[in-house]
Amino acid sequence: MDTKQLLAIIAAIVKRIEAEKDFLTQLDNEIGDGDHGINLARGFKSVEEKLPALADKDIGAILKGVGTQLVSTVGGASGPLYGTAFMKAGNVCKGKTALTAEEFVAAFEAAINGVKMRGKAVEGEKTMLDALCPAYAALKSGVDGGKTLADSLADAVKAAASGVEFTKTIIATKGRAAYLGERSLGHQDPGATSSLFMLQAAQEILREV
Amino acid sequence: MVGIVIISHSQKLAEGVVELATMMADKVPVVAAGGLEDGSLGTSYDKIQAAIESVYSDDGVAVLADIGSSVMTAEIVLEDMNRSNVILVDCPLVEGAILAAVESQGGRELEDLIEHVEAARGAKKLMG
Repeated sequence: MDTKQLLAIIAAIVKRIEAEKDFLTQLDNEIGDGDHGINLARGFKSVEEKLPALADKDIGAILKGVGTQLVSTVGGASGPLYGTAFMKAGNVCKGKTALTAEEFVAAFEAAINGVKMRGKAVEGEKTMLDALCPAYAALKSGVDGGKTLADSLADAVKAAASGVEFTKTIIATKGRAAYLGERSLGHQDPGATSSLFMLQAAQEILREV
Repeated sequence: MVGIVIISHSQKLAEGVVELATMMADKVPVVAAGGLEDGSLGTSYDKIQAAIESVYSDDGVAVLADIGSSVMTAEIVLEDMNRSNVILVDCPLVEGAILAAVESQGGRELEDLIEHVEAARGAKKLMG
C-alpha cells in the first residue's frame, strides 16, 4: 500500500462515515448517548479538510495527522480512541511511502494496542475491539499464510462483521452502554460497527488495485 | 497554589462544579473545561489544553474529569504537554473538586494534594 492508496482509503472512510452517520447515531441512541454518528462525521469531515495539506507527506505523517485531527474534533469517546489508533499506526510507519503487507499488519497491531491502552479495554466488552481484534487475527493469518494484502483484508472484513454480530450477544462492560448492563443485550455495538465500516472502506480501495 | 481544571461533557456541569469548589476556596485558580466549542455536549482537546494553561504555575495543576471521553481526551492532552506537574486525578468529580480546592487554598503541594483527594474515593455519604 502506498501513500496514494492510503489517501484514497481515508477519503473512502470519510464518505462511508458520512453516509452511515444516521445509522450509527441510531445504534448509539439505543445503548449509548446517541452521538456516535454525529461525532465521527464531524471528525472525519475535518479530516477531509486537512487531507490536501497531508497529501505530500509520508504514510506515518498522514496517519498521525488524521489521528490528531480526530482527537481534537470528534468530541466523544471515539475521538481519543480512533485518534490514538491512527497516531499509533503512524508511529510505526514513520518516513515510509509504501507498506508491505507485513508492515500493514504491524501498523494495524499498533493501532489496536493503542485502542486497548487508551480505552483500558480488552476484547469481549462490547466495544470496537470486538470488530478490530478478530479482524487483526484474520489479517495476520492471511498475510502470514502468503495471501495478498487485499485478500487478507477481505478476510479481516468478514471477521469484523462476525465480531459486530457477536456484540449483540454480550453485555457491555465498557463505555456508556455499560450503564445499561443486561439491557445492552441484543443491540450491536456502534463502535464495532463504525470499525467495520472503516475496514470495508479500506478493503474496497485495495481490492481495486 | 495548585491550579485545578474541571472537565465534563457538559459545560454547565463543569461550570457548576467550579462554582461549588470556589464557594469553599475563593482564592484558588480553578477553571472549567466543559463541552465542545459551541457549548454542546462532548469533550474538547483545545478547551482542556487552554484551561490547563490558564491556571498553570510551577505549583502544578490537578485535572479532574467526569467520564469516558473526558478522561481519555485529558490523557492525550497531558501526554502531549509532557509536564510532570500536571496530573489527572482519579476521583469523583464533585467531591474531588471541593476537596482539591480546599487543599490547594490551604497550601498543600501537588503530590500531597492528589493523595488526599484520591483517598476520598471510597467516602460514603450515608453511614450504615
